[in-house]
Amino acid sequence: MTTAHQEPNYTKIFIILTVLTVLEVAVVFVPVSKLVIGITLVLMAFVKAALVALYFMHLKHEKVALGFIALTPLVICVLLIFALLPDLVNSPHPKAAEKIATSSNNEMILSQ
Amino acid sequence: MSQIAATIDPAENPLTPEGSGKLGMWIFLAGDAMSFGTLLAGYGAVRAGAVDWPVPQEVLGISLTAVMTFLLICSSLTMVKALSAIKNGDSKSMVNFLWLTVLGGVIFLGLQAYEWTHLINAGLGLTSNPHGNYLFGATFYAITGFHGAHVTGGVIYLTILAIRGMQGKYSEETSSSVEIAGLYWHFVDLVWILVFTFVYLI
Repeated sequence: MTTAHQEPNYTKIFIILTVLTVLEVAVVFVPVSKLVIGITLVLMAFVKAALVALYFMHLKHEKVALGFIALTPLVICVLLIFALLPDLVNSPHPKAAEKIATSSNNEMILSQ
Repeated sequence: MSQIAATIDPAENPLTPEGSGKLGMWIFLAGDAMSFGTLLAGYGAVRAGAVDWPVPQEVLGISLTAVMTFLLICSSLTMVKALSAIKNGDSKSMVNFLWLTVLGGVIFLGLQAYEWTHLINAGLGLTSNPHGNYLFGATFYAITGFHGAHVTGGVIYLTILAIRGMQGKYSEETSSSVEIAGLYWHFVDLVWILVFTFVYLI
């Protein structure tokens, strides 16, 4: 029943992962907007994660249904981000705002 | 092979015909991924709601962490090499690669301990942060600590595997135990790739 599949070229995957890691560190210092850097970094991280899952964890050679199990947490996490959105609009954090208020008061007192 | 075995076995484990252990590990990992997903989503919510969040790389530094990332990728490579070795019936080579993987994990933990010590001495505590928002340290230690605990678990898991391998308990037929342990180890590597991006780089 087990169909022998050809072993993926692990060393090649390893080299791609290493190169991507070096590029990630380099991308941080590229003088473009933070949003562009952020999107690039997230895309690179997901490419790396996918490479590990598909080749090192052999997901590429597994049944498609097992892939659905593996993808479930990703889907739920996207839902979780939407669930957390109402909290994001309540910025700044009350305690942080209080801290900023007191520290700016102190500065005002000092400057007087 | 009898026809009964050929028709019944796959039906018992339709997702992983070679055994239920692998399916169990995948389901566990999916659940574990949710733990990390929740921590990271919580981190995102706290960070997005804070006005004085520091630039992580300025507080944490990324050169040491890049080395740690590389280390885990290396240990993933030695882990797959261990699996290919036992699939070819080479138990001795498998044990060597397993010890290399354990070594990678132990050095990773050592570097993390060094990093934490350095940060704690620099004043970054669970509720104190000289560089800005007071929750920065709490989220940082929770996420990297939870991951470090997973690495510790993986090191213990692989050490047991290596010792059993030295006793000659694994062969081509029982290589699935090594594959299942490998799934866990690669998952820990995968999570670190995401932690490295979300906690250190962005």
